[in-house]
Amino acid sequence: MKYAMLVYQSQETFDRRDDAAIAAGRAYGEALQAAGVFVGGAGLDSPQAATTVSLRDGKRRVHDGPYVETKEFLGGFGIIDVPNLDTALEWVARHPAAAHSSIEIRPLMGFYFPGGANKASQ
Amino acid sequence: MSKSSAHAAIEAVARDSYGRLIAYLASRAGDVAGAEDALSDAFAAALERWPTDGVPQKPEAWLLRVARNRMIDVTRRRQVRENHEKSFLQLADEAEGLAATNEHFPDERLKLLFVCAHPAIDPAARTPLMLQTVLGIDAARIASAFLVSPAAMSQRLVRAKNKIRDAAIPFRVPEPPELEERVWFVLDGIYSAYTTGWESLTEVGSTHHALAADAIAIGRTLVQLMPSEPEARGLLALMLHCEARSAARYASNGEFVPLDQQDSALWSRPMMDEAENHLRSAAAFKRMGRYQLEAAIQSIHANRAVSGIINWPEIALLYEGLAQIAPGIGSLVGRAVAIAQAGNPAEGFAALEEIPASRVATYQPYWAARGHLLKMLNQKSEAQEAFTRAASLTDDPALRDYLSSECQRMHESAGSSPLQLAERRSNYEDLETQVSCAKYRSPQSVRCSIKPKADFANVDFESGRSRRQSSRGSIRARWLALQGERPGPDSPAFLNRPRASLVVHGAVQSGRESR
Repeated sequence: MKYAMLVYQSQETFDRRDDAAIAAGRAYGEALQAAGVFVGGAGLDSPQAATTVSLRDGKRRVHDGPYVETKEFLGGFGIIDVPNLDTALEWVARHPAAAHSSIEIRPLMGFYFPGGANKASQ
Repeated sequence: MSKSSAHAAIEAVARDSYGRLIAYLASRAGDVAGAEDALSDAFAAALERWPTDGVPQKPEAWLLRVARNRMIDVTRRRQVRENHEKSFLQLADEAEGLAATNEHFPDERLKLLFVCAHPAIDPAARTPLMLQTVLGIDAARIASAFLVSPAAMSQRLVRAKNKIRDAAIPFRVPEPPELEERVWFVLDGIYSAYTTGWESLTEVGSTHHALAADAIAIGRTLVQLMPSEPEARGLLALMLHCEARSAARYASNGEFVPLDQQDSALWSRPMMDEAENHLRSAAAFKRMGRYQLEAAIQSIHANRAVSGIINWPEIALLYEGLAQIAPGIGSLVGRAVAIAQAGNPAEGFAALEEIPASRVATYQPYWAARGHLLKMLNQKSEAQEAFTRAASLTDDPALRDYLSSECQRMHESAGSSPLQLAERRSNYEDLETQVSCAKYRSPQSVRCSIKPKADFANVDFESGRSRRQSSRGSIRARWLALQGERPGPDSPAFLNRPRASLVVHGAVQSGRESR
């Protein structure tokens, strides 16, 4: 099973990112790789760097900023391949951001990207 | 083979083996809903075939084989995940093996219980899920016990089953240290079934006896599956002690009878004996826990049937222990009452006064306890005030009458028996909070926001967004626990029943927060 880990962070948490936090994130990524469960993922830059795009009536719309202004933003994501939810939860609990942010864990559909997950749409 | 004897055989299998069959199929497939569908198809096939072909020698193995074929068909059609395809093939082999040998198929109900009570499952769905999968109780009956519409209940159950399959919640018995916390969820789910049973005690067409009996049945199953888990025995003992008193709880005219005034001759001796046996076996493990403590308090009350007295100092001691393990408002109130009853009313009242006012505003047991303690201290007008407040916080007419009569008696001041009520009602839960209930008896209209001091949220990381909703579940349960009395006022009605609308925010780093 492949799961996405979605890290949600407040603006303050974004602002507090320092070398130590980045190093902790890197170490976590290395641990995932060493365990053979890492599929992909990265930390994201601040929402101020975001641009949102949509296509409506054949017209491309582009606007500055994240999709919605909320208290918390997607701060990073990871995709892991583990046998089941309990194992996924164990990995999520080790995520350095878990101590101050919320991490959502959700199975991948694997429908749009062949080989992206084990599960086909139902 | 006559039609009726085939039907009798099918009913017997459904009654005795349903939970085991579902657990076996679901644990292999990782899919509860799929297992239920397949098994119901298998039962339908049996209804068709057995009257003509005869009842197979191993009815369960026959059903499993049919069910597993059905699941493989469905899987292939749906192209479910490949790792499940593998488990299906394994299931197929096993099912063949079971039919060929004399082995009984493995009992996977414990794994199923852990899945039902998994922290990733909506707390409001856990108990219904257990009742449905382990005992085979239909959604409509569960809905009526939980006072929600059958449609809402089946939706809740479907959502939970989809989550189990889609998020791949594993069928496993967790290992320590995770085990301790996860067992708690299972115990809580079972106790919640029991206390939900209490709720409908005085209602017409009550499903109480059925649900309470179901909870005890799952409790017995858990003890059988986890023989060396003392808390499982503690829980069973607690439920049995409470259940033993069901005939004595209300007078024939419907009047509420406080625990210490109940006619102990009406208590069920066999249930009390069974409870005591479990409590003794639990003690042998020398690992005290909340349910054992709560059961022990009930055990002391039960002992009145033999000794004629209630050993309050011992109850006070047990509450002391409980307040340390679970320092919720309920155990604090219970402790204060027990201290007073043990002969130190002033000290008891002081303990009561230490509980922060913000936590007790709508907490009826506190006000009943306060009334009784003030009465013991002979402060009549303050006592009256407290009783009036308590009466205004209950939704149970029998209890309200009782509280009002206590208030009346303050006038007459004929030394009636103190405190029972408070004792009985003391053991709530750790709730701090505003609870605004539109109308207790109609759960649809109830909205509460409850903030327990601590919480067993699982992967819950502070900070908002996807903060999990989590509940210690049977809040009322615990409340009920010690006193073994009928839920009252601000009771379970709002705390337990409409759990869908119960939002509990638990800011916990991981696992159990120190309380």
